[in-house]
Amino acid sequence: MASELIDLTVAEAAERIRSGELAANEYLDAYREAAAADSLNALLWTAEDAGQADLEGTRASRDEIDPEPPLAGIPVAVKDIFCTEGIPTTAGSRILEGYRPPYTATAVRGLRRAGARVLAKSNMDEFAMGSSNENSGYGPALNPWDAGRVPGGSSGGSAAAVAGRLAPCAIGTDTGGSIRQPAALCGIVGMKPTYGAVSRYGMIAFASSLDQCGPLTRDVTDAALLLQAMEGRDPCDSTSIGIEGGIRLPNRQDLKGLSFGVPKELAGEAEGIESGVRDVFEQTVARIEELGGEVAETELPHAPHGISAYYVLAPAEASANLARFDGVRYGLRVDADELTEMYEETRAQGFGPEVKRRIMLGTYALSSGYYEAYYGRAQRVRTKIAEDFSKAFERFDFVVTPTSPTVAFKLGERTDDPLAMYLSDYCTVPMPLAGIPAISIPAGTAQPDGGGTELPVGFQIAGPAFSDSAMLDAAHALEGAIGFQRNGGGK
Amino acid sequence: MIRGVIEREQVEHVARLARLKLSEEELERMSGELSGILEHVDRISELDLDDVEPTSHVIALENVLRPDEPRPSWSRDEMLERAPDAASGSFRVPSPQA
Repeated sequence: MASELIDLTVAEAAERIRSGELAANEYLDAYREAAAADSLNALLWTAEDAGQADLEGTRASRDEIDPEPPLAGIPVAVKDIFCTEGIPTTAGSRILEGYRPPYTATAVRGLRRAGARVLAKSNMDEFAMGSSNENSGYGPALNPWDAGRVPGGSSGGSAAAVAGRLAPCAIGTDTGGSIRQPAALCGIVGMKPTYGAVSRYGMIAFASSLDQCGPLTRDVTDAALLLQAMEGRDPCDSTSIGIEGGIRLPNRQDLKGLSFGVPKELAGEAEGIESGVRDVFEQTVARIEELGGEVAETELPHAPHGISAYYVLAPAEASANLARFDGVRYGLRVDADELTEMYEETRAQGFGPEVKRRIMLGTYALSSGYYEAYYGRAQRVRTKIAEDFSKAFERFDFVVTPTSPTVAFKLGERTDDPLAMYLSDYCTVPMPLAGIPAISIPAGTAQPDGGGTELPVGFQIAGPAFSDSAMLDAAHALEGAIGFQRNGGGK
Repeated sequence: MIRGVIEREQVEHVARLARLKLSEEELERMSGELSGILEHVDRISELDLDDVEPTSHVIALENVLRPDEPRPSWSRDEMLERAPDAASGSFRVPSPQA
């Protein structure tokens, strides 16, 4: 029975719960049971009972729930970067071990108003800095398809939980690919909405001009359902705009009348794309044509500079955002006799190696004498990348690329080479720099270069700002044609 | 354009700015790693960006205004509850001059 329940999509389960065919608590318990047996280290906290999952006794519990709740009784794995009142929130960092926030993130409150429940808090790279989940202060989450491989990152726990059937759906954050890349590596759907679609209030900040919350789900319809509940303007985040008219649920069956550009810099000419990934990408492009879509090559000449710009801008913003972790108001403190020493010791002990590296990189890029050479130039590259996309969207409705240059890599494979790890985001970094939405859908499986077990490959679709509904619709049609077997763990 | 390796002395200076105590081993490693990353980043120095406006934010931001009316904020107790050290209704820290 329980195993049948955890095969349901969010849309199916919510429908059964609304009609009274399925008891919400029975569904929650099926997942609590699965979560309790988590062998992937995907979850850092799991709700003890229905009351906790419903945020009882918190301010959020006073919010009114939709009378026809689209997410009725749906348990969600929430990336541990979202503040949840009274529930431990660590952002994957030891510096926040034991921290229980006094309020709940707007995105999570939106889910609750739509009838969803907080099943668990999911593992992540510390402060969302990483592409493999190996930078978590609480040990890496593992890939359900092969526990010797990474689930991707930084929302690795969220992706592993959905693919490994520990949660029906999850939310994460994407700054340079942190939703789409793990979704690709775990064989699920992951979407980064347009910047400003979802409020960042209560989302622990990494790089504020790039961070955006989005869904990780088993199919495109479920992603639309979650985004529908989360998007909107929020007085607590002046950069939130919402999606005008809201998110429409996808129903497209073909791609007639739509055009798709394949940017040569992120596909054909890109270095480091595995041959198996390339094959799946080409097959998927052929499917677009079978569905009536038009495909042609395009160019994004500055996209190859995305990683360079990103690894100046994101660390620069992070070095400012993470200044708040100083051992004074919350979190870890390492005692010392003098104030500056207390700051330095607390941060030395509380932050892991990658967070330190990025703080150093960002502080350096912003320091006197280097500001214009690094930060100023990177901001100008950002302008060029956004212009490249605008130009491509004059001709095409969407741009498509592989999501990740490789399938899931082995644990430890890239930990000693920060640059190799950063290049995992080669195809996903340009979109947040331009603020545009992008979605990764599972397109098939491939062997890693050098052979081995077949692992999932993601296909990325990006659209102009605020084209989120149209993009979901196109992804839905393509998903139907691909018919990917959502059999988490490849079993 | 700035090129080349980041000397250990520079790493120490930046660590001080960032209020991070780094061990001997970390200082050594950081110098190599930051140099490697910045070498890659330096590729953007090849681009002609002279007439390009910088982008700090991707969407047009508007001021969000609201009437200036008093409303309840967080209670002092609720905030101090999470502090590593609190005394007399305040956050307590070691002296800035030991």
